This record gives sequence, C-alpha cells and structure tokens, in this order.
Amino acid sequence: MGQNLSQNRPAVVIGGNRIPFARANGAYVGASNQDMMTAALDGLVARFGLQGQRIGAVASGAVLKHSRDFNLTREVVLGSALSPQTPAYDVQMACATGLETIGSLADKIKSGQIESGIGGGVDTVSDAPIAVSDDLRNVLLAAGRARSLKDRLAAFAKLRPRDLAPSAPGTDEPRTGLSMGEHQALTTQRWEITREAQDELAAASHQNLAAAYDRHFFDDLITPYRGLAKDNNMRADSTVAKLSKLKPAFGKSLGDQASMTAGNSTPLTDGASAVLLGSEEFAAEHDLPMLANFVDYELAAVDFVSGEEGLLMAPAYAVPRMLARQGLTLQDFDFYEIHEAFAGTVLSTLKAWEDPEFCKDKLGLDAPLGSIDRSKLNVNGSSLAAGHPFAATGGRIVATLAKMLHEKGSGRGLISVCAAGGQGIVAILEAR
Amino acid sequence: MADQYLDFANTPFGRSLAKRLGLPAPVRLRRYEQGAALIPGAAMVIGSSELARTTGELLLGWGLEVRTHDAGHAKLGAIVVVLDDVTTPADLSPHALTLSPALKRLAPGGRVITIARPEQDGDAPELAAARLGVTGMLRSVAHELRGGATANGIELEGSLDLSAPSAQAALRFLLSGRSAYVDGQFLRVDSQRGVLPQDADRPLVGKVAVVTGAARGIGAAIARVLRRDGATLVVVDVPQAGDALAKVANEVEGTALQLDVTRPEAGELIAAHAKERHGALDIVVHNAGITRDKLLANMDAAKWDSVIAVNIESQLAMNRAFKAAGLDQLRIVSLASTSGIAGNRGQSNYGASKAGVIGMVRASAPQLSSGVAGINAVAPGFIETEMTAKIPFATRAAGRLILPSLQQGGLPRDVAEAISFLASDSAAGINGRTLRVCGQSLIGA
Repeated sequence: MGQNLSQNRPAVVIGGNRIPFARANGAYVGASNQDMMTAALDGLVARFGLQGQRIGAVASGAVLKHSRDFNLTREVVLGSALSPQTPAYDVQMACATGLETIGSLADKIKSGQIESGIGGGVDTVSDAPIAVSDDLRNVLLAAGRARSLKDRLAAFAKLRPRDLAPSAPGTDEPRTGLSMGEHQALTTQRWEITREAQDELAAASHQNLAAAYDRHFFDDLITPYRGLAKDNNMRADSTVAKLSKLKPAFGKSLGDQASMTAGNSTPLTDGASAVLLGSEEFAAEHDLPMLANFVDYELAAVDFVSGEEGLLMAPAYAVPRMLARQGLTLQDFDFYEIHEAFAGTVLSTLKAWEDPEFCKDKLGLDAPLGSIDRSKLNVNGSSLAAGHPFAATGGRIVATLAKMLHEKGSGRGLISVCAAGGQGIVAILEAR
Repeated sequence: MADQYLDFANTPFGRSLAKRLGLPAPVRLRRYEQGAALIPGAAMVIGSSELARTTGELLLGWGLEVRTHDAGHAKLGAIVVVLDDVTTPADLSPHALTLSPALKRLAPGGRVITIARPEQDGDAPELAAARLGVTGMLRSVAHELRGGATANGIELEGSLDLSAPSAQAALRFLLSGRSAYVDGQFLRVDSQRGVLPQDADRPLVGKVAVVTGAARGIGAAIARVLRRDGATLVVVDVPQAGDALAKVANEVEGTALQLDVTRPEAGELIAAHAKERHGALDIVVHNAGITRDKLLANMDAAKWDSVIAVNIESQLAMNRAFKAAGLDQLRIVSLASTSGIAGNRGQSNYGASKAGVIGMVRASAPQLSSGVAGINAVAPGFIETEMTAKIPFATRAAGRLILPSLQQGGLPRDVAEAISFLASDSAAGINGRTLRVCGQSLIGA
C-alpha cells in the first residue's frame, strides 16, 4: 500500500507547534485535554497565519479520555481560530495516536483527497477521567430504566458501600495486570541492558534537549502555556553520576538486577502537540515552508500476552518491513528518533536489530539490521527529558525531526514509537 | 484598563461633585472610527496668505463646511490658523484676535491647528521671534482648551505648501480622531516626498508590517490598528510571551514570530520571515521595550544593560540588518518616551535608552530619504496599560489627571494611531522626528 502511495504526490511537513510538556499534577492542573489541544492548535494557526482557513482535516486524540470528549478534536477546532468548516476526527491508538493521525493525514494528502491536514494529540494525567465502579454504574443504569419509585428504590437497594469507590484509569495492561514499567523491566532484563547504559541515554536526553533550547531550536516549535515556556521535566544539569543514585522503580522482583529508575523512565506528563501537513501546492500557494516529506509509515503489533515478545518491542518488527518496502537499510538515515518510553526500550530495540538470532528468527532476515551511529540518535532530546503526554509525543517528534532535516538540508530520519497493547508505529521523513 | 475616575466624572453627579471640589473634569476623547466625520462641525480657516486660501480649498475638497470668518453661532469642529506669512511678532495679533472669539464656539473634541514655517538657522531675529512665537501661542491655547479639544501645529519647511502629501496627511491626522491624545505638538514636514492613500480609511492596504513586543499593551494595540488600517501583520515577541502573542496574531490574522529582538540575527530573521511568508517588508515598528527602574545610586549592571540592550541597541542592530538586506524603502517607527525627553526619577537606564531612540531616528533619517522610506519615533506620555496599572494609585492619579492638558491618561490605541500615521507612505515627508502622544503632559515639557 505504502509503495503505491509513495508514487503519488508528496505529503509535506510544513511545521508544528506544541505547548511545553509539564509533569503531571503540576503546571497544567485544571487544564483539560480540550483546553491544551486548543492551545496547541491556536499556536499553530498563529505561527502559520491560518486564521479562518478551512483545513482538509484535523485529527488528534487522547489516550486518557473523558466520555464527554466523544468528539474532542471537532470541539477543539470549533474553539480555535480555524474555519468552523474544518472537519475533524479522533484517533485513539495509545501512544501511537499522534503519529497515526499524522500518517493517515499524509496518506490523504498523497492520494489527493485533501490539500492540508493537522495531526497531533493531547494527554493529561492531571485531569484524567475517573469513572464510577461497574457495580455503581449498573445500579445507576437500572435505576434509570425503572418505571416506578418502587423499582428505582429496588435498584438502589443493591448498592454496597464498596461500589462507591471510584475507578481511576491505570496504565496497567488489562490482559497481564502488569504496568508498562514492569513489562519493560522484563524486556530490559532479556536484552541485558545495563543500568549505566540506561542512565547514559537519560542524561544525554536532558543535555541534548537543554542544548536545543539554548540554540533557540524550539522558538518556532513551542508556544508557552499557563506560565510554562519550557518542558519542566528537563534537567539541564543531569548527569550519569546523579542518575546513578536513584533507586529502581520497576522490576523489583529482579532484585539487584533491577535497573529501571524514575530517572531513566518517562514521567507522567501533560501536554499537546499539532503538526501542519500539506501538499506542495498548498504550501506554495500559502507561502509556507516545506521542511520534510512524510515518506511512509508502518504499524506492527506483538504477542506480549503469552510472553513471547516484550510489550514495547513492536517497532522492532515494523521498521524492517518499512525499510524493505522503501528499499532502504537501517543505516540510510541521518537522524533516528526513537521514543524514549524508557531508556531500556530504546536500547532493547537497538540491541535486537544488532542481534543475528532475533533478526533471523523473529524478523525473518538473512542478516541483522545492524547498529546505528549513536550520535544520530535523539539529537535534540526525547521523551526522557521532555516528558511523554501519551498522544502528544508523535507530533512532538515529527515537528522536531522535520525541522532538523530542513536545517541539515538533506537526508532522512527514522521515527519509532512504541505503544500499549503491544503495538508500535514507525515512519520515515525526508529532508526538503 | 478601566479608568474609574473618568467614568465617574462623566456621570451627572460626578460632574457636579468634581466641579464643586475643583477636581479635574476629564471627558471622553473623540477617537477615530472608520467612516465617522473628520471633525465634529464646520471648519474655520484664519489667515490671509495664499496658503490660507489653499487650505480652505483643501478642506472643501474633503467635504467639510468651511468658513473664512466668524459668523453665526454654530459649533466649530476645527479652526485652522495659517501663519506662514508672519515676519515679526506683531503680525500674530490679528490672527490671535480672530481666533479668540472663535475658540468659544469650538465643539467638544474640536481642533485648533496652526500651519506655519519653522524657525530655522539664518532667520532674521524678527522672523525667528515670530515663528517661535507661533509655537508658544499654540501650546498655550492647547492648555486652555477643554472638552477633549486639542491644539497642534504643522510646520512646513522652506517653501513647501499643501501640495506636499505629508502636509495634507498631517492635517488630516490632526483633524481626525486618530490624534485624540496628541496635544500641543508640532509635525514638521521637510520634503515633498510621500504618497497619499487611495482610501484614507485604509491607508496601509497592501503593506506588510512587523511589530515587535506585540504580545500585549501598546504593541498589541499597534498590531490591531495597523490591521484595521489594512496592513498584513507579523507580530514579534520573546518566546516566553508566545501564548499572548499567538492570541494577538490570531486576532489580527497575521503570523506570530517568537523571537528575542536582542539576538544578533533578529533583524535578518524578521526580514526573512516577512519576505518568505508575506512577500515583502514595508513597515517596522520597534515597540519592544522593558523597564528596570532603580535610582542610579542603586543601579546594577543587569538592570542597566538589559534596558539598553532591548530598548535601543536591538533597534540599531535590526536597522543595520534591514539596510544590509537592501530594504531601502522601509518605513520605521520607534517607540521613544516622554521619559527620554524630560527624564524620570528612577529611570536613568530607561531615559538613556529612550533619548537614544530620539537620537537614532534623527541620525538615521538622512539614510532613509528616498522614495517613501523614513524613520520617526513616537513618545508616549502616561498611557493606561498593565504596566502603568502597577504604579501606586496616587502617582497614577497625578500622572493621568493633573498634569496633562487632557486631564487623563491615554490609551494604547492613541499611541497606535500616531504610529499608523507615521508608518504610512503619506508621512514620508516627515523624517527623523519624534511625535509626543502625551495629552500635553507637563512631564517632559
């Protein structure tokens, strides 16, 4: 499918905007998903002068979503400076949400269906939906169906005090009961990733992100929000020495083998991002920059329930399929943006691609994909430093990578994002 | 920015109380509205020179009812006194004495405007005395007027007359509600340069304008007024102010550029953004500015240096970059301040930077003197903004009520109107000048 599409006209990344990412229960307490996504979208409109314009489609989504937000993206558009005639839809694919919105819009542009699109996502843990328990919900529904006072009282009579306890959304996998961190801890152990390697990656993420701020890289990628102008999880002075002092947070069953800490795992974060895509004609007609082509993207999923594969390893499977389709090797890239759900995720994935056995048995390849030049990895920081508001991460990465490629003026970038449910999404961007 | 005293003083009870207590009685100023009459009544032209005759013709051409002598009892919307032919102070007498009874019939929000020659090097003592005499008379009349009426002057250099586009544009600006808070000031026209707009209500159609410091206050008001007047906007502010900036950009349907103007590449980045995204750069409004008030005796390097860097060095650097980029038809308007003219306690750094702006525009003018190019400054007096809202109540009350002739603070919009006028091609004959928008405040007099 991708090959057919890539023979069509290019889908161009014009630019992006996000609000700074904030650690949960901090700067953005009181802001809803709709508030934050509207801020990200209005900042994008302001940057590119899109006021009153009808965009082909706006797609976004949230992983943690209130039932009232059944039409989240459309409501965001209606509250934005865009034309109210702009259609919008929601996507929900765990942490793959943001990149999936952008990929699907790119396909619509390539096929000629739309001229412009805005993709992205938002998440807040600080304003997470809290639901009533299933038992209380059943009582309320039964009472609602009751036709007489007697029936209604009978329905409420079934209520027990424990039913009143609210049920908060968790990040545990429903089929295993394990948190994402515990799942990754198993994978980290499986690939023998050292604590030191994880801490090195985490420290580099913070230092790279801080350096990017210092050289004004984010001046046209971020719009401040609620008094925050930078990602507040960032620690510019982070070092391996400091990170090495943290106690393990996941994989405690592994005893002294446990290596994953709060420092080399992403924190819960609030934030939103949006990316503007268009055809070349759209960009030219509106005097807009063309940063990169959105070349291709690929989804994958793994069987983590049986324990056959690690929860967050799906991108390891998606990448070779996409490379084969595009006739590229893993080394044909100038930048690698591998989402840092955990430092262990990035390092396990890279190690898997270097492993002849894994590449032969699991990926069906004659030779391993091989190693990458680590100096090209997450060069302006990634989720360990910036934070990871689930659905917003795809938009952050696409806009950042597109700008990096445009600054370089040539080359390709590879994006890899893991997601809950054993899923993954990967993509290729090409400089313009 | 609600001025509660202004509201109160305009109620029947407030009016009578203010009168009995001898408090100032500020009125609502006549501010510009698109499509509104140029002046609130007929225009009277005083003077006997050829220039007086052509002034009357011009006003007739603008559709005004024009009188050349005081007759009847109808309210006068404006009185234009043409004094280009005075040669000795005694020559002022007949004009002043004709103006005298007419003043009593000036409508609220009316205008007194003198058109005269500026005093210049080489003038005979009698001539210099007569010409400077005009300014003393006009400024005193401005103090005398009430009801939101103002008095301002136009100075025509050499043998310039009303065929100079900027002379016409200045006259229209001073008559209109655009000059509501300009009082006791002179606009000097020094050349025949300038192009009058097709549509006086939308003089900036087709122009691309950059406003720095546009996220709030006066900068945001400038963006709104330039947009109303037809310009396409690039609004600039520091990245930290980006959320407010985005709101302004979306309101004026422009583009937001998050940029610290003190960065060495700021001028280049602004020029590139305007050209790439809007195809041109015609107008630059250097509005970005900060205050770090402290008595000089207690000043530290951070406070001093940041004010100088933002308020003046950045403007100089950007202007050099615009020149290097070949933008030789730029119209630049800078924000000075009455603190730069008179100084202000606790503002030695700010005063230095703002006086610096006045010097910069004066010295830069000769390099921007072809076509419609030009550079001028606007010096606001007490303007009601978030910044001034933080000034202690008594100081603020004194600043806005007692000192200016108009007995109130100005609005950010009032500053923006003057900037829009100076940014237009029609003002190209005014170059290197600083126009005060201060309600004739004594501060900096």
